[in-house]
Amino acid sequence: MSYLPREMPFPHPSPEDETYWQGCRERKLVIRHCNTCDTYSHPPMPSCPFCGSMDLGWRQVTGEGKIFSYTIAHHPVHAALKGHTPYNIVVVMLDGADDVRLVSNVVNASPEEIRIGAAVELYWDEIEDGQFLPRFSLKASNESNKKEAS
Amino acid sequence: MTFPYSRAKSGQQPCIIGIGESEYKRRGGHAGTSELTLLLQAIRAAAQDAGIDARQLDGYASFGYERHEPVIVQTALAAPELNFSNIVWGGAGGGCCASVMLAALAVSSGMSQYAVAYRSLCQGQYERYGQFRARPMYGQYLAPFGLMAPAQMTALTFRRHMEQYGTSSEHLAEIALTIRANAQKNPRSVMYGKPLDREQYFNARMIADPFRLYDCCLETDGACAVVLTTMENAERLGKPAVPILASAQASGPRWSLGPMGTHNMPVNDYGTVNSSQVAKVLYAQSGLTPADIDVAQIYDAFTGLIPMALEDYGLCDRGASPRFIESGALRPDGEMPINTAGGLLSEAYLHGLNLVIEGVRQMRGVSTNQIEGAKTCLVTSGGGGGHKSALILGKN
Repeated sequence: MSYLPREMPFPHPSPEDETYWQGCRERKLVIRHCNTCDTYSHPPMPSCPFCGSMDLGWRQVTGEGKIFSYTIAHHPVHAALKGHTPYNIVVVMLDGADDVRLVSNVVNASPEEIRIGAAVELYWDEIEDGQFLPRFSLKASNESNKKEAS
Repeated sequence: MTFPYSRAKSGQQPCIIGIGESEYKRRGGHAGTSELTLLLQAIRAAAQDAGIDARQLDGYASFGYERHEPVIVQTALAAPELNFSNIVWGGAGGGCCASVMLAALAVSSGMSQYAVAYRSLCQGQYERYGQFRARPMYGQYLAPFGLMAPAQMTALTFRRHMEQYGTSSEHLAEIALTIRANAQKNPRSVMYGKPLDREQYFNARMIADPFRLYDCCLETDGACAVVLTTMENAERLGKPAVPILASAQASGPRWSLGPMGTHNMPVNDYGTVNSSQVAKVLYAQSGLTPADIDVAQIYDAFTGLIPMALEDYGLCDRGASPRFIESGALRPDGEMPINTAGGLLSEAYLHGLNLVIEGVRQMRGVSTNQIEGAKTCLVTSGGGGGHKSALILGKN
């Protein structure tokens, strides 16, 4: 069962980011990377927001990272969310990808366990046959974090 | 980057000479009156206040998500001429003060004689801004993860501010209570006669932590408008004019759609409202400093936007907003009174344009919550989106 209901809006890839979502289908997290200035960026764009170069590629990253910010959503703002609140929304700063951040969710944490700086790792959450969303789980090594938060 | 007021010929400085509002009601309160009808009421009221016939309006400006295009408004007003028709990009109200800037540019350049900046917004007749709306860009990185509403989006940026500078729910409560108290003096506000106390604030349900119900702006039905012309025309009409001392729109680097995008703004700017650049331009244009600002109308779609804006606009030092707020500075008798008519939190949610109108009333000396001796008013626009805009209004 996925972290949020299956009736939630579904990603529709565009020519700009088909590679990103294809990566997700293969459970690989691939991020835009500039061949000119050697910098990662997100969301995928046709040019690098740091130097303007259009010589871009994709690189796979580990998907480890840290919680950069978060909120706990209590109010259901979409019909599919009724009965599914509260849930967390996190911004994860990926390790080894400059300052690239992903908006996502942590699947294995109570609201009290979510805190800025907590270490997380990728959790591929299947939302329908063959399509996965990059969600995260608190790392086991975060026991100290958990205790501190609770 | 600088707006050419200083180079404008004497008499060509833009000013606001008319303000108008429909009645403001809670969402659904205007069910029998269309959004366009309310808009026409507001524009006609603003023209009347300016001492002109609404058919003399020949310049039209608004900002992101306005539904009524100038040619429709012109037709409905039976106005013979349309010489300027522009809308500012962007969501989250960031373009509101920039729509006044457009009207100012139109009149000071001579393209338009009388220009109106307007906004109509009935959430009881169309979509609700607090509910999920499909977004044209980057929604695939947000909506599947449940990031769907502005309260959630700005909670994420404000959370960083809390972490960095120690802002807390106590500061948000002080803001919510101050602004609600201001609305108690303003019979136009939809929260008039509905005071709020600390217990009610803290007992209200959580929406998107740390934002509780009363940290979030109202859902209302209404419309409002301001009419601009040059100082020369204003003098001819014999109407009190509120000069625009500065107006700017700006964004810092790599901000993109900000909290309404994928949250990849520069790390050091993340816990801000991306308004440092707007502030820099405003103060350069006007020759004023933050110490010269007497009263401020700060975009308050959410209470948490205010500490960040106070810092971006230099009204207190970076990171000093918690202490500044604790000192009572934002109250009417404080160092920097804000949102004196009740703001978007307690007067009405006209996407920011009602803040401009209250700024005009302060400069005319006719606010229901008048700040004695105020000669300058800062008005800011925008919270969760990309670019931001602002005005400094003066006293003639």
